[in-house]
Amino acid sequence: MKELELVCPAGTPASLRAAVQAGAHTIYCGFADETNARNFPGLNFSRTEMAESINFAHENNAKVLVAINTFAQAGREYLWHQAIADAYAAGADAVILADLGLLAHAAENHSDLRRHLSVQAAAANPDAINFYAQEFGIKRVVLPRVLSVEEIAAINREIDTETEVFVFGGLCVMEEGRCSLSSYATGQSPNMNGVCSPASHVVYEQKGTAMVSKLGGFTIDMAEQDAPAPYPTLCKGCFRVDDHTGPVFEDPTSLNAASLIPQLAKAGVTALKIEGRQRSRAYVTAVVRSFRRAVEACAADKAIELGILANLSEGQENTLGAYKKTWR
Amino acid sequence: MINKPAPIPRLPPAAKALIKPLPMPVLSLLMNRLARQSVARYPSIFARLGSHVSKSFLIDPTDLPFVFLLHPVPDAPKIYVHRRPKSLSWDGRIAGPLAALLGMVHGAYDGDALFFSRDIVLEGDTAAVLALRNAIDDCELDLVEECTALLGPFGSVALPAALPVINLLQNRFNVALRRVEPCS
Repeated sequence: MKELELVCPAGTPASLRAAVQAGAHTIYCGFADETNARNFPGLNFSRTEMAESINFAHENNAKVLVAINTFAQAGREYLWHQAIADAYAAGADAVILADLGLLAHAAENHSDLRRHLSVQAAAANPDAINFYAQEFGIKRVVLPRVLSVEEIAAINREIDTETEVFVFGGLCVMEEGRCSLSSYATGQSPNMNGVCSPASHVVYEQKGTAMVSKLGGFTIDMAEQDAPAPYPTLCKGCFRVDDHTGPVFEDPTSLNAASLIPQLAKAGVTALKIEGRQRSRAYVTAVVRSFRRAVEACAADKAIELGILANLSEGQENTLGAYKKTWR
Repeated sequence: MINKPAPIPRLPPAAKALIKPLPMPVLSLLMNRLARQSVARYPSIFARLGSHVSKSFLIDPTDLPFVFLLHPVPDAPKIYVHRRPKSLSWDGRIAGPLAALLGMVHGAYDGDALFFSRDIVLEGDTAAVLALRNAIDDCELDLVEECTALLGPFGSVALPAALPVINLLQNRFNVALRRVEPCS
């Protein structure tokens, strides 16, 4: 069986080097501005860092995909256009785009720059994917985290585009590219500003032995002593609804689909994606190394060893997410 | 790579008692020299801090008898060492066992994972603390290298001499005293 491509996150040049050295086939990263969906303080790449990092990756036989996957704001499109031009000039192997206008711009102005469709575009059926392929020449689609393995196989039978699926990391509520929960509390969203629950709007307070998380002035969680803490996002918040107290949108847990790699390969998937550009080089090294072993084992038709990664996961728990829709 | 869900080690009481009498002015002087040297060697830290260079950060190793107050001003970064308990003003605070904080600096532990497990605590300006964490992570610091570099030309002699002891302590106490290399 052909070895699946491992697409790994990097929030800094150091993380990119760590990913390459840990066995990443491909790294995805973004510029230090609102053109990418991980526009966090102290994170991402300057233009110089991007060019140097792409050189480093290429010297080590790895590819670099530049995520320009937020939606361009009216009157400020130049920022996104410049990001595409700079990714092209830096030698990126592809850009990851979601916005229809940016896809059209890239196809018209940088036709030889490979285009991938971001998960933020939420293309979850063959008609949508084929439309993007025919109109904008996308070569790969990152599938939203709403599909079962059987649904992914069905999509792959009807498209010529490569598919990339998430196998590890934080999960969002199933509204990829359309979620506005962060906007309600802070005025900023991942789709427009590249930040979900921006750190500038997050406050942690100790209340006795408990830790209170506030977002935009709203208390969204209170973790008792020794209870795992979630990310300070509304979707993972703890709320009281009638007699129920707890997460009402989504449990704070992380995806780990290592055990499904053989099934995903059989479903026709080309690449496996690891979430976590906001994480450290320690996370990148541990997760990439574990998944590289897994894809090599799958290619050799050997059993996959499931590494100890729960301690790196939100809520310190893992789930198979939508791949196994037990709620249906 | 320390990636097993093992408890974060705490500083033994004997070690705590040993370092407690250390004079704060001397410690502050050494830390200031360390800060100046490190930012000179890793100037990219300021670009990552952005507007947060003007903030103050309380680094609070909860198993040490003192805390570190960091002012990452580009021209004159300063680290003041204070005994606890002492009322200090700061913009952002990061607290946790010394081993957790050293592990983050050296790339052995992931900051988010330490936050999930409640091994570290953040307070105050979350964006500033996040920027500092990401800036330090990108520097790939090795505090042993930084400390021996303070000795100038003697550093190249001191580093290999210190390594056997450092490695022994690292293995004995499961603390990342040096940078974790990705291939190690």
